[in-house]
Amino acid sequence: MTHSLTRREALAAGFGAVLLPATLSAQPAQRPSELKIGITTFLSGPASVFGVPSRKAAEMLIEEINQKGGIGGIPVRPLFVDEAPGTDHLVGEFRRLVQSEGVQVMFAAISSGSCLACTPLSGELRKVTVLWDCGTQRIFEEGQQPFAFRTQGYGTPEVLAPLLYLLRHKPDFRTMAVINQDYAWGRDSWEIWKTAMDALKPGVRVVAEMFPRFGSSDFSTEITRLLALRPDVIYSTHWGGELVTIVRQAAERRLFERSLFVLPVAEASMQLLGRTMPAGHIIGTRGDHWNNHPKPRDPAALQRFVDGYRAKFNEYPIYPCHHMAQALSALQAAYAKAIEAKGGGWPSDQELANAFRGLTFPTPTSTITLREDGQGLEDQVVGLSSHSERFPFAVPDQMILYPAAQVSTPAGQKSVDWLKTLQPAMVQQVGQPLSAA
Amino acid sequence: MAGWFEENGLLLGLALLDGLASAGLIFLVAVGLNLVFGVLRIINVAHGSLYAIGAYAAASLGMFLAARGLPDWAALPALLAAAVLVGILLGPPIERLLLRRIYLQEQVVQLLVTFALFMILEDVQKLVWGVQPVHHDTALKLLGTVDVPFGADVIPFTAYQLFLLPGIAVLTLVGLAWFLRRTLMGRIIVAVTSDREAASAMGIDAARVFLLTFSFGAGLAALGGALSSPTAALVPGIGAQTIVLSFAVVATAGLGQIEGAALTSLMMGLGRSIAVYFEPELEVVVPYIIMVAVLLVRPQGLFGVTETRRV
Repeated sequence: MTHSLTRREALAAGFGAVLLPATLSAQPAQRPSELKIGITTFLSGPASVFGVPSRKAAEMLIEEINQKGGIGGIPVRPLFVDEAPGTDHLVGEFRRLVQSEGVQVMFAAISSGSCLACTPLSGELRKVTVLWDCGTQRIFEEGQQPFAFRTQGYGTPEVLAPLLYLLRHKPDFRTMAVINQDYAWGRDSWEIWKTAMDALKPGVRVVAEMFPRFGSSDFSTEITRLLALRPDVIYSTHWGGELVTIVRQAAERRLFERSLFVLPVAEASMQLLGRTMPAGHIIGTRGDHWNNHPKPRDPAALQRFVDGYRAKFNEYPIYPCHHMAQALSALQAAYAKAIEAKGGGWPSDQELANAFRGLTFPTPTSTITLREDGQGLEDQVVGLSSHSERFPFAVPDQMILYPAAQVSTPAGQKSVDWLKTLQPAMVQQVGQPLSAA
Repeated sequence: MAGWFEENGLLLGLALLDGLASAGLIFLVAVGLNLVFGVLRIINVAHGSLYAIGAYAAASLGMFLAARGLPDWAALPALLAAAVLVGILLGPPIERLLLRRIYLQEQVVQLLVTFALFMILEDVQKLVWGVQPVHHDTALKLLGTVDVPFGADVIPFTAYQLFLLPGIAVLTLVGLAWFLRRTLMGRIIVAVTSDREAASAMGIDAARVFLLTFSFGAGLAALGGALSSPTAALVPGIGAQTIVLSFAVVATAGLGQIEGAALTSLMMGLGRSIAVYFEPELEVVVPYIIMVAVLLVRPQGLFGVTETRRV
C-alpha cells in the first residue's frame, strides 16, 4: 500500500528536516553512556601513510583516556571512516555518524577537500567538528564556522616558516624551482610560497614550475631537468611515498649536491628514508612536534608518547599522530571547561562549541590556543636535516622556532593578501633559534 | 624551427633518454594486458594489481636476500624471480577459479568481476605489506650512475634506467615476437586468438592456452612492477595508476597488438618526458592526447584490424 503526502504534510516534513537538528541541539543534554567520536582519516590509498598511523595513535590514546576513567567520567569510543572513497561518500558517512550513530563529536579530516566538504555540515547539523589535520587556509578565511575548530596550524604558517628559515640560512639564493603534486595542496602551497617570497625577497628567478601527477611513482625526467637547470633552491611539498621516491632518485643522481632542498612536509617520510636523506637540507613537520624537540614544554609527556607509540607499533610517531594527540587533548580540555561551566552537568553541542572557542590546551611540546575564529595557533619548528646516533633517520638540527602568532594570517584576513604585505625585515625579526636544554 | 633545435637540442636529447626508460616500463605492463586481451578477450582490470604485487614481491625478496647476507648482485635476478613467482602463484588460480567462469558472459560482467578482483587484491596488498611506503633499491645502486655530457656540464643518469629498463623491454619485445611466430606454442596461441572454435575443432586445448597466456601476462605485469621497485617507493594505489596508462596504450595500439604496444609505449614515454621539459602542465594529459588523436583517425588503434562481427 502506498500513501502520497499531502502538500501540508510535505511542508511539515520539510520544515521538520530543517528545524530538527537545531531543536535537538537546544534540548538539555543528557550524560551519555559512552562518548562516541566519529574520526575521518585515510585508511586506504596513498594518504593512508598518514591515516593509518593517526588511527593507531587515536586508538592508543583513547585506550589511555579510558583507563583513566574517560572524559568527564564517560568512556570514549572512536568510530573511524575512510576518506579515500571521496567527498561524496564522506559527506554521507558524516551525516550517518551524526544522525544515526549519535556521535557527540566529529574529527575531520586529513584531506583539505574532505575538510571543505565536512565543515559546512558541522554548522548545518550543529555538531562540534575538530579539524584535526587538514591544512587549507580557506576554512576560516572564507566564512565563519560556529561549530568547527582546528587544533593545529595550517598551510600558511607551515609554508612561511620554512621560507623564513631559507632566507636566513641561504639569503643569497637567486634561482629556484618547484616540484609539487598536481592537486590542491601542491598548488596552494606554491601560491603561498611564491607570494611570500615575492614580498620578502623580490627578484628570485623561478626556473621551473613542475606539478607531476598526484601519485606519480617516477620523477626521473623532472630530476634530469632540475640537474640541467641547477637552481639554487628546490622547493617541494611532496609527502609520503612520492617524497620518498623523489629523495631517493635525487640522492642517487647527486641532485642534493647541486641544489638546496626545502621540504616543509618531510618529517613523515624521514623514517622511511633512513640514512638516504642527505644532511644539510631544510625540513619541516607541519608544527613544532619533532620527536627530538630540544625544549619541549613537557619533556616527560613527549617521551612517554614517543616511547609508548614505539613500544606498541615498532615505529616512531609521525606528525599526523601528534596532530591526533592534539585533537584529543583539545577535546579533553573543552569538555572539562564546558562541564565546569555547567556546574558538573553534561554540555550540549552548543555549550561544547562555546568551550572550544578561545580554548587553550597543552601538547607535549607547547601550548595551543584556538583563536576566536576557531583556528589553532601552533608554533612551527624548522631545521636542517642531520644524522646522529640517537635516531636511525634524519632529524632536524640548527632548529628555529617560529611563534604561531607571527607566521599565521591574522584573523579576518586572507592569506594571499596578508603575505603580500610582509616586509623583508621580518626574516631577522621572527624566529628564535632552539638549542638543546 | 632550426633555431629552436639549436637552442633546445641538448634538452631534447635528455628528454629522449628519460623517455626510453619510461617507455620500457609502460611497455612491459601494457604488453601483458594486450596479450591477455588478445587471447582471452577479457579486459583485466586486476592487471594493475599484479603489477603492484610484482613490485612488492620484488622488494620483499630483495630485502629477504639482503637479510640472509647474499651478495648485492643477487638483487638483480631477484627481480625476475619475483615476477615469475607472481605469475606462477597468482596466474593459474585467477584464471581457473575466476576468469574461466566468465568467458561467455557479457563484457560488463567481465569488467565488474575483474574490478572486484582488483579491489580484493588492493586490500590483500595492504594486509601483507601495510600502508607505509616500501622500497629496496639495491639493484639501482648496484649499477651506479653514468655521467652524460650536457654542454660543459654532465648529467648523472642511473645505469639501471638508462640501459637496463630499455634493454629488458627490447628483449621482451623481440622474445615475444619470436615466441609467437617461431615456436609451436606461440603459433597455437595465435591460432586460438584468431579463431578459438576452429582451433579447438582441430584438437587444440584452448583451456590450456588460456591458462598459460594469462599466467604469462600476469608475469609480465609483475615484471613491470618488479623492475619499477628499485626506483620507486611502493604505496597503496600504485596498481590503479598503472592500469589506467596501460589501458591507454592498449587502446591506442590496437587490442592484441604486440608491436603496436611497443610503439605506443615509446610515443607515450617520449611524449611525457618531452612535455616535462617544454610544457610541464601537459605531462599528465600527453598519453591521452595521443590516444584520442590516434583513435579519431584509426578507431581500431594504430595496429588494430577491423573485424567482421560474427553472428
